Amino acid sequence: MKYGILVNEGPYQHQASDTAYQFAQALLDKGHELFRVFFYHDGVNNGTRFAVPPQDDRNITVRWSEMAEKHGVDLVICIAAAQRRGLLDEGEAKRQGKDGNNIAPGFRISGLGQLIEAGIQCDRLVVFGD
Amino acid sequence: MSEPWEEEGPGTIKKFMYVNRKAPYGTIYALESLEVVLIAAAFEQDVSMAFLDDGVYQLKKGQDTQGIGMKNFSPTYRALEGYDVEKLYVEAESLAERGLSEDDLLVPVEVMGREALAELMDEQDVILSF
Repeated sequence: MKYGILVNEGPYQHQASDTAYQFAQALLDKGHELFRVFFYHDGVNNGTRFAVPPQDDRNITVRWSEMAEKHGVDLVICIAAAQRRGLLDEGEAKRQGKDGNNIAPGFRISGLGQLIEAGIQCDRLVVFGD
Repeated sequence: MSEPWEEEGPGTIKKFMYVNRKAPYGTIYALESLEVVLIAAAFEQDVSMAFLDDGVYQLKKGQDTQGIGMKNFSPTYRALEGYDVEKLYVEAESLAERGLSEDDLLVPVEVMGREALAELMDEQDVILSF
């Protein structure tokens, strides 16, 4: 089956992104297709490469990046939500006149249309949130 | 052999329901949910919105946010009609539990009982819950 995932909560603060990751891993292990993971609300904070969690804890962002690299999963951060919360890629940083960018490998910033497209294209769109 | 989901071309129309469960202020869920609905309108899908739990407060008439220094975005719900988002469902029990009635709401809605709303949810292709 073709799946889409929506992550609505930030890392560490809330279990939603852990559960979303585990669900994503499980469906890939079963041979299903993961069309896209869309990050919205505080979920966009899953995509900052500047987070430094304690070494004996899981690294949520690195985990997503590795999944993207290994399985070619499309990790999309909502641009409107990202702008509010200070998530920037190189292009956005330049456009907004900011002195750096913090997006992690495998993530990209795009619009809400990507979420709707996932809803249209996928057999299931699964929401992880509060 | 093609899989069933591969036969769905760009002309696919799915039933999208946006479920709003949270109060309009206090968290950003209601505001960002509304942003999704407005963007989604451009995709010409079969869109409806459901309001339940504290989400019914999103449609309350006479919102005044001056005291909390936040933008009152409630007029946007009146603009939904212009985006062809006309199916707004409000759960009767949630209204009653909060001492509200249909007259307290700022847009025309269809009030329905919990069971009827559950059946309606069952008919949807995509449910986005905020």
